[in-house]
Amino acid sequence: MIDVQHVTKQYGQVTALNNISFSIQKGEIVAFLGPNGAGKTTTMRILTGFMPPTSGTVHIAGFDCLEEPWEVKKHIGYLPESPPLYLELTVTEYLTFVGRIKRLGTEELQERMTLILQQTGLTEVQGRVIDHLSRGYRQRVGLAQALIHNPPVLILDEPTTGLDPNQIVEIRDLIKSLAGSHTIILSTHLLAEATAICQKVIIIHQGQIVAIDSPEQLGAKLRQSEILNLTVKHPDPELLNALGKISGVIKVSQGPTPNSYALETQIGEDVREELTKLVVERGAGLLELTTQTVSLEDVFKVLTKSDKPVG
Amino acid sequence: MSMNPVHTIVAKELRSFFVSPVVYVIGAIFLAVIGLLSYQAVANASNQALRLMQLQNTYAQLNLNEMIFRPLFQSMNLILMIILPLLTMRLFAEERKLRTFELLLTSPIGVNEIVSGKFLSVVIVYSGLLALTALIPLTLSAYATFDWNPIILGYLALFLQGSLMLSIGLFASALTENQIIAAFLSFGLILGLWVLGALSSAFGDSTLGNILSYLSFTEHYERLIRGLLNMKDLVYYITGMVFMWFAAHQAIDAYRWK
Repeated sequence: MIDVQHVTKQYGQVTALNNISFSIQKGEIVAFLGPNGAGKTTTMRILTGFMPPTSGTVHIAGFDCLEEPWEVKKHIGYLPESPPLYLELTVTEYLTFVGRIKRLGTEELQERMTLILQQTGLTEVQGRVIDHLSRGYRQRVGLAQALIHNPPVLILDEPTTGLDPNQIVEIRDLIKSLAGSHTIILSTHLLAEATAICQKVIIIHQGQIVAIDSPEQLGAKLRQSEILNLTVKHPDPELLNALGKISGVIKVSQGPTPNSYALETQIGEDVREELTKLVVERGAGLLELTTQTVSLEDVFKVLTKSDKPVG
Repeated sequence: MSMNPVHTIVAKELRSFFVSPVVYVIGAIFLAVIGLLSYQAVANASNQALRLMQLQNTYAQLNLNEMIFRPLFQSMNLILMIILPLLTMRLFAEERKLRTFELLLTSPIGVNEIVSGKFLSVVIVYSGLLALTALIPLTLSAYATFDWNPIILGYLALFLQGSLMLSIGLFASALTENQIIAAFLSFGLILGLWVLGALSSAFGDSTLGNILSYLSFTEHYERLIRGLLNMKDLVYYITGMVFMWFAAHQAIDAYRWK
């Protein structure tokens, strides 16, 4: 659906993107992940045909971005970093305008309008002036704008930035509900977001792709051991030794509180059953046992610090 | 059936113009100043008439076109120079500032359609303001007789002159995301064209003098409000607008291809 080959973008002397290539299948949700200034927005602007690459080719739904920009534009819905809203218009007026410049016919526009207002939860505020809407609603209007012409490809630049936690969840659910019927690329600097919504993560750093993989795979590649966190009611020094003797446990150390322990275990060895048995037998009073998964945050830190590509 | 993209842009622009207070403020100032100026011109004319009557002890027939309308058209030109940049400043600057430009430029419509739509919308607003000032000659016609032809030509001159200034403002607005800078830029460009006219007289009837005076709108405007319809003046205004249209188009291309 999206095919990017050897794309480089230079602003004068500055190289914003350096020879990036990737392709995305139909129906996938993919996250562009990277610190601010990594080249996420530049990549998206090239995909949408807003600006041309210095070199390299981009194909969207089979159309070349430079040779057939109009076809590409018809196939893309784009939500820039700040939603492109005409604040003086009402929601319906605004969406009508967008529908028309996306070249929808009057009847088609009417059908899409009703559907999109429902899908984005804007039906109640459709007659209100956008200037009077809250940030969350404005973001929804931004999404509605990207969806109005039912494009197969959706490009969302930091769709949840600046929203409160409830709004973030709402927007994420909305995006997830669009998966399957749409191919979605979103950019984010929030790692949790990429893990929560996306099947594939493309990590960009200093204009280069440092990793392309699923969030789980990325984590697995980077971790050598698993960590278990254990909290008991009655801690005693004996327990610490006994825990160390369970097979598969590499190291036991005291946790942040006197009654908690951190156990480093070998990958693939599930010691949880034995561990609970031991704690119960000793009457230590099991309070909590959790596995500490390597977060994308860790992956990200490792990847963007070393220049070695992973995956 | 889908709507022509230029119509879509025009409709949206007109909607935006009329929900913003700017147009009403500009319109009110424009009409108030012109009202005052025409009152002053009429008062002046009647004073002169009285004086002539006292001197000659006869009923004097004054040429109202010369006494009222020509000076009025001349001062309207000056007011336009100040007021029209305020009308055009938001056209592109606001789109750039609010990032709505990204929406326009990633939609399947051409830059030529965007520029044309924006230009047409602002010409329509200006024509509306101009139409309201027609109340002045209409009111006067109830009390005095005068020749309508020079007045119609005067309005044509105002329309062309204003549209040229609007096209300059359109270009200026495409250069920046700051509306104030856009306004000053178009004001500066218009003022520059005006000064060229004054400068041309310093060179007399030389080639340079002629070129300068052709480039400036002063001589073209003067001829039209004097009631002279010349092909060369019409060509001047039309080519000027077309040139500024292209310049605006180029500025937008440069913005996205930078």
